[in-house]
Amino acid sequence: MAGSPTRERLVLVGNGMAGMACLEHVLAYQPDLDITVFGDETYVNYNRVLLSSVLAGEKSADDIVLNSLDWYRARDIRLRLGTRVIDVDADAKTITAADGTTAPYDTLLIATGSSAWMPPIAGLDKDGVFVFRTLDDTRALVERAGPSTCAVVIGGGLLGLEAARGLQVHGSDVTVVHLVDTLMERQLDATGGGYLVRKMEALGIKVLLGRKTTAIVGGDTVEGVELAGDERIDATLVVVAAGIRPNVDLGRRAGLAVNRGIVVNDYMETSRPDVFAVGECVEHRGTCYGIVAPLFEQAKVLAATMTGHKGPTYTGTVPAATLKIMGVDVFSAGTWTDEDDVEPVRYEDPTLGVYKKIVVRDNKLAGLILVGDTSDSHRYVDWLRRGADVAPMRKHLLFPAPAADRGLEAAEMADSTVVCGCLGVTKGAIIQAVHERGVCTLSQLKETTRASTSCGSCTALCQDLLRAVVPDFEEEAKKVLCACVPFAEDALRDILRSQQLKSVQEVLDIYGNGLGCEVCKPALSYMLDMLWCGGHDEDRSARFINDRVHANIQNDGTFSVVPRMRGGVTTPAELRRIADVAEKYAVRMVKVTGSQRIDLLGVKKADLPRVWADLDMPSGQAYTKGVRMVKTCVGTDFCRFGTQDSTAAGIELERRLEQLFTPHKVKMAAVGCPRNCAEATVKDIGLIGVEGGWQVVVGGAAGKSVRKADLLTTVETTDAALEAAELFFQYYREHANYLERTYDFVERIGIEKIRKDTVYATDVVKRGLLDRLGKSKARARDPWLEGRAPRHRTQFIPLQPIDPDEVRA
Amino acid sequence: MSERHWVPVGYADDVPPREGRAVMVGDREIAVFNLGGGFLATDNRCPHKGGPLADGIIAGNTIVCPLHAWRIDLTKGSVDRPVARECVETFPVRVDNGVLWVGLPERLAAESVA
Repeated sequence: MAGSPTRERLVLVGNGMAGMACLEHVLAYQPDLDITVFGDETYVNYNRVLLSSVLAGEKSADDIVLNSLDWYRARDIRLRLGTRVIDVDADAKTITAADGTTAPYDTLLIATGSSAWMPPIAGLDKDGVFVFRTLDDTRALVERAGPSTCAVVIGGGLLGLEAARGLQVHGSDVTVVHLVDTLMERQLDATGGGYLVRKMEALGIKVLLGRKTTAIVGGDTVEGVELAGDERIDATLVVVAAGIRPNVDLGRRAGLAVNRGIVVNDYMETSRPDVFAVGECVEHRGTCYGIVAPLFEQAKVLAATMTGHKGPTYTGTVPAATLKIMGVDVFSAGTWTDEDDVEPVRYEDPTLGVYKKIVVRDNKLAGLILVGDTSDSHRYVDWLRRGADVAPMRKHLLFPAPAADRGLEAAEMADSTVVCGCLGVTKGAIIQAVHERGVCTLSQLKETTRASTSCGSCTALCQDLLRAVVPDFEEEAKKVLCACVPFAEDALRDILRSQQLKSVQEVLDIYGNGLGCEVCKPALSYMLDMLWCGGHDEDRSARFINDRVHANIQNDGTFSVVPRMRGGVTTPAELRRIADVAEKYAVRMVKVTGSQRIDLLGVKKADLPRVWADLDMPSGQAYTKGVRMVKTCVGTDFCRFGTQDSTAAGIELERRLEQLFTPHKVKMAAVGCPRNCAEATVKDIGLIGVEGGWQVVVGGAAGKSVRKADLLTTVETTDAALEAAELFFQYYREHANYLERTYDFVERIGIEKIRKDTVYATDVVKRGLLDRLGKSKARARDPWLEGRAPRHRTQFIPLQPIDPDEVRA
Repeated sequence: MSERHWVPVGYADDVPPREGRAVMVGDREIAVFNLGGGFLATDNRCPHKGGPLADGIIAGNTIVCPLHAWRIDLTKGSVDRPVARECVETFPVRVDNGVLWVGLPERLAAESVA
């Protein structure tokens, strides 16, 4: 089609990943085409591989867009969405859409993908029966799934399991019914399948194997699923994920040779010279692919063929698949069956839930299965692609050799080696991005090359490459919480939320080493308290001593006691009680703190409950990672410069937020005028009274760091100022890493994004933040009440030796 | 190890799982830990600055001192972190009918419950 004087007309039927990938390559060869794209769905091209992440709530629909409307516009591409093409007249060279539109073409590209295969069972037409192929399907499932839903997923393959997990994340009770005896039997052997079953069950998903679904029962709406052998499961939602079928109808109408899929040769040619096909709808050397990597390889070859650059060939792809369920690592590639001429090499650890099977044939890797630990998958994929001789690696087949040289693996790869199989990004392309585009972090690499944005299995390899190539490489802040629970904190928050984990020990048992340490235990305690709004299972053994006895441990093992004095305002009666307590318990020092409060230092642990009772004041929580205080000036009450009642506003702010835990301590201040006597500009949250309103500032510090707070917003009323403070406060609670002060948090996230996510957010988002804050607040208590009702008999007192004669008797 | 003098320091129920408690035996403060699967005892003084180990966070078979996060191996009494040669004395613990018995060396027992 090259070389024509007028613009050649290319019609692409199918606005999915394969067709669009091909179109992108075609444009690189030939930018001057007259292009029309028909999409059956109503969305721009998105990453279908990530639908399970959308279902699980890990990504939004916007996150998975691959080509925005602007992209089409900038290339002058006519885009017809929600328009199904139903006919082709290959002789007249026109297509006809369901709405009657016809379009002439010089070249037709069919990329119609595949559809869910519906097994022959009764009742598929009932309300509540879904498939899981498109963004619309996903949205419908998200809407339907919930804690009151009983879901059955028919099919225990990749898609079925991901759907099951996504539904379960929404609180549904989920059962997977699988026809054969092994889960993901196309990717796993019986042993690997067994490991996977245990992992799914550990997540709380029921798995029924070797069961044939015979009917979906109910009235108009689903009520249950019947299995062969008179078994019945109640269900209010059914997802059919029993396999896919290539969409070949249009190919047939175009008169193309069709078997299971539209037949193409190694040049990706069909049986007609002006009609091409790519993706899941084609059959190449007898194989129809349902995974993404082959489609990209096909797209590249086809683009050359159809633009007159015929030469490159597609010779098939070694199948490789990754299960995308957080915490359930499964990878499989190649041929892993035990045949006579192969050497299977295996490793299993039932306690760790790790199973590896590597199959070698003639000193070459033929295939593999990894369950429970897929960190090495890229190494094997590379061996498979290169047909590498594994003889020299014999001793390190199952585990990589100890890494003396971390850059060695990257150095051993040729520039043409594909690093990201999903998006076809080579090592060379990554190095180019570093040199020519200044890429130096993983997120920049993702942005520039899209590497590791699809299945994510090459993330570690991309990271290694950057480490090896970037001149001043610095690890991104996304470090894991600690060695006991090796996940980044944002990932952990997702895991705890979706897995409904409520206790620290549970988290450590399932996602950690079962033991924990002084780093992860308090961090997990905080996360659970925050995520469940105080409704978690509190485990004091996981808290630092200060949070077990509600006082601050001092260098001699005694404690300091700071009662709450909201806004720094006290009364003569309180001061009298404080003085009495100080004398009665021989307090070593009485100190006025920098936070406008009074500290009693040197109190013995066993005296704490009586000290609190005698003080008869709530805890000032000067010992915890939580809300400390709101410092105030006297404002309009007394000050001749005051413009706002900062004392009352500060007391109200303290009242609203006190007793809540935060990632690190939160110190606040409210001042009545910009003279800033209570130093609001160096507090985590500050309210600054100005004529006619308040400025709300956040992220200030005057401790280890000194930082002037950023302006969050300016408002007219005290109520609005308090609400802005609350929005930021809860946002910080939900997004900061443990022990990250607001001044680091604000710098990391950026004040502009924080404004967008809080004060400029939609009402729904704001209400969400405030509701969760309100829930936590409703459950919060003055911890000093435990002085009267200890959680444990020995919470505050040491053990008492027993008279030996008494116990011997 | 030489003969031990066994002292009943309290009830097993009084030490919650994965926590420690202090107890005075004579003029010496002992820390008793409930590791979940069993009990261990040491001197209640961190070899670093004398911090009360019983108030630390348990991490496997180690205790992390609440003052400066030195980590002590409860089975051996050695310092796990940082690199340090000091150590704390450890004592065997027996649970009998819900009573915790700590086995002290004679010299200590002599000064103890009298």
